[in-house]
Amino acid sequence: MEGQYSDKVMEHFRNPHNVGEIPDADGIGNVGNPVCGDIMRLYIKVENIDGKDVITDAKFKTFGCGAAISTSSIITDLVKGKTVDEALKVSNEAVVEALGGLPKIKLHCSVLAEEALKSAITDYYERKKKTKIASK
Amino acid sequence: MRRVYLDNNATTRMREEVLEAMLPFYKDIYGNASSIHSFGRPARKAVDEARNQVTELLGAASHEEVIFTSGGTESDNFAIRGVAQALKAKGNHIITTAIEHHAVLNSCKALEKDGCKVTYLGVDKYGLINIEELKKAITGKTVLITIMYANNEVGTIEPVIEIGRIAKERGVYFHTDAVQAIGKLDFKVKDMNIDLLSMSGHKMYGPKGVGAIYIKKGTKIIPQILGGHHEMRKRAGTENVAGIVGLGKAASLAKRDIPDESRIKELRDYLYKGITSNIEDIHLNGHPEDRLPNTLNVSFTYLEGESIILNLDMEGIAVSTGSACTSGTLEPSHVLTAMGLDPVNTQGSVRFSLGRDNTKEDMDYVIGVLPPIIKRLRAMSPLYDKK
Repeated sequence: MEGQYSDKVMEHFRNPHNVGEIPDADGIGNVGNPVCGDIMRLYIKVENIDGKDVITDAKFKTFGCGAAISTSSIITDLVKGKTVDEALKVSNEAVVEALGGLPKIKLHCSVLAEEALKSAITDYYERKKKTKIASK
Repeated sequence: MRRVYLDNNATTRMREEVLEAMLPFYKDIYGNASSIHSFGRPARKAVDEARNQVTELLGAASHEEVIFTSGGTESDNFAIRGVAQALKAKGNHIITTAIEHHAVLNSCKALEKDGCKVTYLGVDKYGLINIEELKKAITGKTVLITIMYANNEVGTIEPVIEIGRIAKERGVYFHTDAVQAIGKLDFKVKDMNIDLLSMSGHKMYGPKGVGAIYIKKGTKIIPQILGGHHEMRKRAGTENVAGIVGLGKAASLAKRDIPDESRIKELRDYLYKGITSNIEDIHLNGHPEDRLPNTLNVSFTYLEGESIILNLDMEGIAVSTGSACTSGTLEPSHVLTAMGLDPVNTQGSVRFSLGRDNTKEDMDYVIGVLPPIIKRLRAMSPLYDKK
């Protein structure tokens, strides 16, 4: 897809879902840098439901263009309700598909969203490990 | 919804009178301007008339110094490559700046591949070159100094009178890309030691696809577009009569309307005051005084430019940005980077460039619409909460 943003992208840009912070988040992912013009911060809340780790809430903050804001928004939608294992499988292609496509030059924004998610989950695992070690 | 166009440095709306002047040359007066019969003669007459109009606007000594081209980009390419080729025996050094338009920069880069040496002068935080640095850079092999009259992104006006004086003293040709300055600033080339100048129709309420290059009498230059004997053998190609007529008409209107620039400057300053009264953490880019009267480039810190301009577009307002996301190459503005602006503010830059059609009501509309947009985007920004 070239040039214009799809209707879905514009929808998420106009009214992004899940903007904000989770003060007692279980995992926080920080990716990007100002030189590139994209910074994403993703917060996740994880609860153990029926023996599985489920992402019950996700919020984001993004410094970036229309594509960056909409990929952040949609990835929070995609992970809520998924188990952590399922969420790890959410790829940048899934993000692009959910948005109905992105201009070629903006595909890197979907990659950044995937990286933000993976970074949040990695943070969650590190914290879990620390809690386990602390409680031993 | 109100529509407000504030991107006049990108292009302008053609005036009604310009369009009217052009139409006959698309319809009934279609002869080739070089034909000697009755179909061609009126076309020739119109081209000559347009040449006089452009000569008048530029303040050139003779109409023979004005050559029509396809626009500013071609004029820049012609000036730089044409002079470099003509003066090969004299030397192979060119001096330019880091903030030029890509037509100048890429022409210089191409010459570098061919063995030329190019000095890219840096600029200060306002986008101004340092005159001492320019003086020091000139060597016995320097054949051309090419420095823009005023910058398209931030509007900063370079010290062209000083540059012209130095160039003359040292026996070096001076070319200036005046695409943004024409019609906004009042000047006469013949009094300024300018040897070559580029101008473009669509930046001054004229048509796209046509421009001109001023070549001072006696300037050595090798033609780049080869073919017939058009444009005094300097630029081949059947004349774009309608476009040239449009350019001429736009030039005569520009000369007449230069005094209106003070009204535009007032509107621009009013806009700046309105924006900064209601929004914090704004950084002005460009020289506070020596700047084009219509240009306002500001950074909204903690935010990225494309997201701002998309929001403004949703409210009917057209502006542009220096952010990487909109550059097509993922590189942020080379102008702001050369000015030493930090990456966050570079990404968050928005350029408002006013035009003749803008009114106070337009400014009030923008002033009203911006604060909630900035507030909403800042609430979404991970950089803002670190404040």
